[in-house]
Amino acid sequence: MRKLAVFAVLFALGSPAMAIDTDKAFDDPELQARYEHIIEEVRCLKCQNQSIKDSNAFLAGDLRREIRRMLSEGKTDEEIYDFLVARYGEFALYRPRMSGKTLVLWVAPILLLLAGGFVLVNILRRRMAMPIDRDAAAEE
Amino acid sequence: MRFAIPIVVFLLLVVIFSFGLFNDPRELPSPFLGEPAPSFEVESLTEPGRIVGSADYAGKMALVNVWATWCGGCRQEHPFLMQLARTNAVQIYGINWRDNRDEALRWLKQLGDPYEFSAYDVDGRVGIDWGVYGAPETFLVSPEGIVLHKHLGPLTAAIWQEDFVPLIEAGGPSS
Repeated sequence: MRKLAVFAVLFALGSPAMAIDTDKAFDDPELQARYEHIIEEVRCLKCQNQSIKDSNAFLAGDLRREIRRMLSEGKTDEEIYDFLVARYGEFALYRPRMSGKTLVLWVAPILLLLAGGFVLVNILRRRMAMPIDRDAAAEE
Repeated sequence: MRFAIPIVVFLLLVVIFSFGLFNDPRELPSPFLGEPAPSFEVESLTEPGRIVGSADYAGKMALVNVWATWCGGCRQEHPFLMQLARTNAVQIYGINWRDNRDEALRWLKQLGDPYEFSAYDVDGRVGIDWGVYGAPETFLVSPEGIVLHKHLGPLTAAIWQEDFVPLIEAGGPSS
C-alpha cells in the first residue's frame, strides 16, 4: 500500500512531456500528415543531430513556420525540399537526394560491402584449399 | 609484402579520420558560393519605416554581416568591424537577425555602428533566404551581386587578410 502511495506521488510529480511544435494543426489531415513527415526529414542546422520536429531552437521554429506557409500555399513536397536545399544545401535533408555531389554518399556503402564480400570470399577460398590438419581433428 | 594491403588500408583510414577530426561539422559549404546573393527588402533597424535591402548595394562590393545582440561571436568581432568600417575597404551592411530592436539599438550606441544600414529581420525570414544558421555569418558580395565568400563565426583581422582581401582586390576597386 505504501509502495503504491510512493508511486502515486512520484507519478504526480513527473512533468508531462511537452510537444516541441505547439502550432495549431492543419484542418486538412492530409496536409498535417505531409507537414509532420517533412519536418522529420529536415535537419535542424543549429543543432545538427535533431530534426526540426524535435528541436526547439528558434531556427527550427522559423523553418517549421516557412514549411507550414508553403504547404498552405499548395507547394509540393519536392518544392519545399528544393527551397531548403537551395538555402542550406543537401545537408539540410536527412536523406540527401541523389546527385553528382551526393553520389559518393549513396554509392560508397555498396562499394564497401562489395569489397568486404570480395575479401571474405577470398579468405574462405584460401582456407578451403588448405589441407585439413588430421592430428588436430583426431584429438577431439 | 603480406602486410602491404592492411597498411595501405590503415593509412587511408588515418587520412580520412584526421580529415574528419580537424573539420568543423558546423561549418557547412554555402550553396550560394559563386551564385547570385539572395535579394531582400526589409525595414531598417535604425530608421523604422525606411525600407532597406540588397538594392542599396547593387553595383558595389559589399560585406553583408548577420548579427544579433544575443550572439557572443558578434560581440567578439564587433571591434574588428568598427576598424574595418574606418578603413573604407568595403562597405558593411548588417542583417540584424531575430533580435529585439531596443537591445540592438543600445548595442550600436554603446559599441558603435559600422553598418551602412542594418536590416531589421525580426522574424528571421531574410536569414532563411540567406541560409543563415548561426550568427555571426559574413558574406562578401561582388558588384555583380555574386557571393564570393562566406565566413562562419567571428571575423578577425587574420581571416580578413587571408580570405577576403585577395577576393576584393581581384574584384577591382570597391567604391
